[in-house]
Amino acid sequence: MEDVKLLGAWPSSFSYRVIWVLKLKGVKYEYVEENLFNKSDLLLRYNPIYKKIPVLVHGGKPIAESIVILEYVEETWPQNPLLPKDPYERAVARFWTKFEEHTSPTFFSFFQSVGEEQERAVKEAKELLRIIEEQGLGEKKFFGGEEIGLADIAFGWIAGWLRTMEEAVGVKLMEDDRFPRLQAWIENFKAVPVIKENLPDHNEMLAYFKQRREMFIGSATS
Amino acid sequence: MADEIILLDFWPSMFGMRVRLALAEKGLKYEYREEDLWNKSPLLLEMNPVHKKIPVLIHNGKPICESLIIVQYIDEVWCDKSPLLPSDPYQRAQARFWADYIDKKSALSFWKESLEKPYFGGEKIGFVDVALVTFSCWFYAYETFGNFSIEAECPKLIAWTKRCMERRACRLLWKIHTRSMALSWG
Repeated sequence: MEDVKLLGAWPSSFSYRVIWVLKLKGVKYEYVEENLFNKSDLLLRYNPIYKKIPVLVHGGKPIAESIVILEYVEETWPQNPLLPKDPYERAVARFWTKFEEHTSPTFFSFFQSVGEEQERAVKEAKELLRIIEEQGLGEKKFFGGEEIGLADIAFGWIAGWLRTMEEAVGVKLMEDDRFPRLQAWIENFKAVPVIKENLPDHNEMLAYFKQRREMFIGSATS
Repeated sequence: MADEIILLDFWPSMFGMRVRLALAEKGLKYEYREEDLWNKSPLLLEMNPVHKKIPVLIHNGKPICESLIIVQYIDEVWCDKSPLLPSDPYQRAQARFWADYIDKKSALSFWKESLEKPYFGGEKIGFVDVALVTFSCWFYAYETFGNFSIEAECPKLIAWTKRCMERRACRLLWKIHTRSMALSWG
């Protein structure tokens, strides 16, 4: 059995996606924590295009980009599948996974900007959450149906990271009771044993996010 | 029961052309419906309510959106001929990575370095070729209207474009497309 290595960085939700999927499938791997302010030669060699984590290395061969990694893990270790067998259902799961990627700039802007730019980001972010709840999740327990799937993993940051981001920024996006289905999804997602046991510590993450937020405010207002 | 395939598209779209190419590679019959992007049809708004964009493939009444997702869908459903993705998971990951890269950025300088084999897919046309070849129509436009020679700058890329054009599907679509572009740009 070829060895599996994951280059990741705390508390990156992209890193955690791969951890979740490897653990859900019972794949043994070696975790390597990268310092993103001082990237290792290994990372630069394995991901010369983007120089980013996560990178999965299987039998010495690297794969970069978290969703590409997830599809690879799904195909290589088919147990506990994350994608349905039906091609149409697979296309729907991939659509929502891609939609999640489309939301990134808005949530980054929410976290990194101030003033008018942030107000715009707040408005856009709430609209995106509405689309995710009504059209992505709908009446389902998970994006994947009765069990978690690829899209749930992609949206996992909403369950483990969004509240902490809101606290660090001091602005609530998911106001109480405005997103009941998404709130229920968050609780159900966090209750899945592999997810529950593999979430960054809230207080540690809050301290980290507050520090990052100070830095962004500093550079936005200087 | 025969498959009903409808493609909602817009003729200059590079993304729509990816789907047309995949359908042609698989030899599939479909109904092409041209969308007026300044006056989108109720069908488009119903089939892609999230983005309201083309291309949208409607297969037996069910919509699939996002060009690369559509191409993968076509490859999975009609898996008996002309595979677009390789069978090896690592090679599939590489193909997905590069196709995603094309979507993120299309730097010409990168592409001229990375072509090792006859096609990005290896010995045969594959997922990455389908993702990128539609942009080669723009190479022709740059040359004709932009007054610079891509052949001089990126000979490997031009050789690859010519190789793709040896495929009937590519050639037919390219001809229609560049003629339409020339007509509209006058």
